[in-house]
Amino acid sequence: MSFPSSPPIRTEYECVPPVVQQTDLPANHAGLGRLLHRLHWRWLNKLAILGLLALGWELLARWQNNDLLLPTFSATIVALALDLANGELAQRIGVSLLMLSQGYLLGTVGAFLLTSLAIGTRIGRDLLDTLTAMFNPLPAIALLPIALLWFGLGKASLLFVLVHAVLWPLALNTYAGFRGVPETLRMAGRQYGLAGLRYVWQILVPAALPAIIAGLKVAWAFSWRTLIAAELVFGTTSGKGGLGWYIFQNRNELYTDKVFAGLLAVIIFGLLVEHLLFGVLERLTIRRWGMQR
Amino acid sequence: MSATAFKLVEAHTEPSPLLQLNGVTLDYAHSGQRILATHEVDFSVYRGDRFVLLGPSGCGKSTLLRAVGGFHRPSAGNILLNGSQVRQPGPDRVAVFQEFDQLPPWKTAKENVMFPLLASKRAGKHEAAELAQHWLNKVGVDKFANSYPHMLSGGMKQRVAIARALAMQPEILLMDEPFAALDALTRRNMQELLQTLWEEVGFTMLFITHSIEEALVVGNRILLLSPHPGRVRAELNSHQFGMHSMGSSEFQAATQRIHGLLFGDAHEAAVSARRARS
Repeated sequence: MSFPSSPPIRTEYECVPPVVQQTDLPANHAGLGRLLHRLHWRWLNKLAILGLLALGWELLARWQNNDLLLPTFSATIVALALDLANGELAQRIGVSLLMLSQGYLLGTVGAFLLTSLAIGTRIGRDLLDTLTAMFNPLPAIALLPIALLWFGLGKASLLFVLVHAVLWPLALNTYAGFRGVPETLRMAGRQYGLAGLRYVWQILVPAALPAIIAGLKVAWAFSWRTLIAAELVFGTTSGKGGLGWYIFQNRNELYTDKVFAGLLAVIIFGLLVEHLLFGVLERLTIRRWGMQR
Repeated sequence: MSATAFKLVEAHTEPSPLLQLNGVTLDYAHSGQRILATHEVDFSVYRGDRFVLLGPSGCGKSTLLRAVGGFHRPSAGNILLNGSQVRQPGPDRVAVFQEFDQLPPWKTAKENVMFPLLASKRAGKHEAAELAQHWLNKVGVDKFANSYPHMLSGGMKQRVAIARALAMQPEILLMDEPFAALDALTRRNMQELLQTLWEEVGFTMLFITHSIEEALVVGNRILLLSPHPGRVRAELNSHQFGMHSMGSSEFQAATQRIHGLLFGDAHEAAVSARRARS
């Protein structure tokens, strides 16, 4: 029994395929061009989203017509530009940034030490497990009253809450990253005689970099919001307040447009850090290495 | 024992083995239980050997290799390399694994080959770079020296891993099913490459596989292990077989023989059970 239409029997043949050079194809150049094109589109998309949000804000504020509650987008931009021009906002941002970078650095070093201890020893692991379970869910701001009692109104209190905001999420992510390093990679490292800190630096850290960068991002967001909130709560130290203090002070004086300008500055700074700092870091490392898409 | 056999042993003063396993019993913990991986395994590997451990999954061959690598301590028996006990991992026993993630993704092919040389302080930066280029040439990936592993095919990655291992000039090369994750055509190529390299460089290797054909082609001596736990079933010679002998009648016979040794009992039991039922 055969199929109603059986396939025909064809003649066999052999041939020598033509020589094709990979370089003959314009694929490489077009690929790069296409990539740039796509990057452009992504940027355009993001700008369009921001533009629409701004437009919605402007329309809502005009319809509301109450400068005290909701200033227009354009008024906020004017306030932002004015205070940037006269240097007040720039100085506030500078104060906040200095504080943030110190707290962030301290927290990062702490997280690295804690996770190194945790992979080296069993007691370190239990310590990390317990501490992160206890403190990671604890909002940094909730520690502020204690910090004020212990360290007074000043830099030390802010550093305390900042380190708290950075340390736990970063340690948790880093440790998860370390534990996810493939077994064969670990064995390879140990065969070459790597041990201790050399093993951590040359095998674990680069292999866990996707998780570490994710942790750095979370820690950055936590620390930035903690700092702004802490500055709002206890404001200035020796007359030099940061961005949070700027927002708080202007609310007290009912300069709502400046309050919004301060918030906008917080948001813009966040966008810059995310896209420039972390974006570039990811492109230079984990995307280049094919560890992240 | 006949007198002539005795004389033969007398005539050749046998070289001492490079690697010696005496009554090695390995176990590991699994959800609170000790599970036996191998039971009193003995074998000796001599310099220049392509020694194959062959057996079905569950015969503890990977655990054996890890023990030789120094990653797993025997619960009984001992492992001697050059007469001294293996206690920890070291650059004199470099492994090539089946998994592609053995290559650090943040290093190019060349940097990957340089990595162990630098990490173990075997060579300076300049010398390591030269050695890396040399070995990448040998395995035929010199064109991709500056590519990152994610840009390479599976076969290319395994070539880099082999280059990386050989550049270290280890006493013994440990190969844990290095071609098992490759497609059949690439596997064939890699087996050929390994044979060429062995003829040119003359290294010693311990090779693990679950493929009878691969064992016969790659090895000169085969240790058969039976599973649950791994115990020695036989030790056979296969130096007479190579890539060219695949499909020959002797090769078929050897395959059949090994198959019988590994599965014979189970096969006969299944047949008799079927007979009893009908």
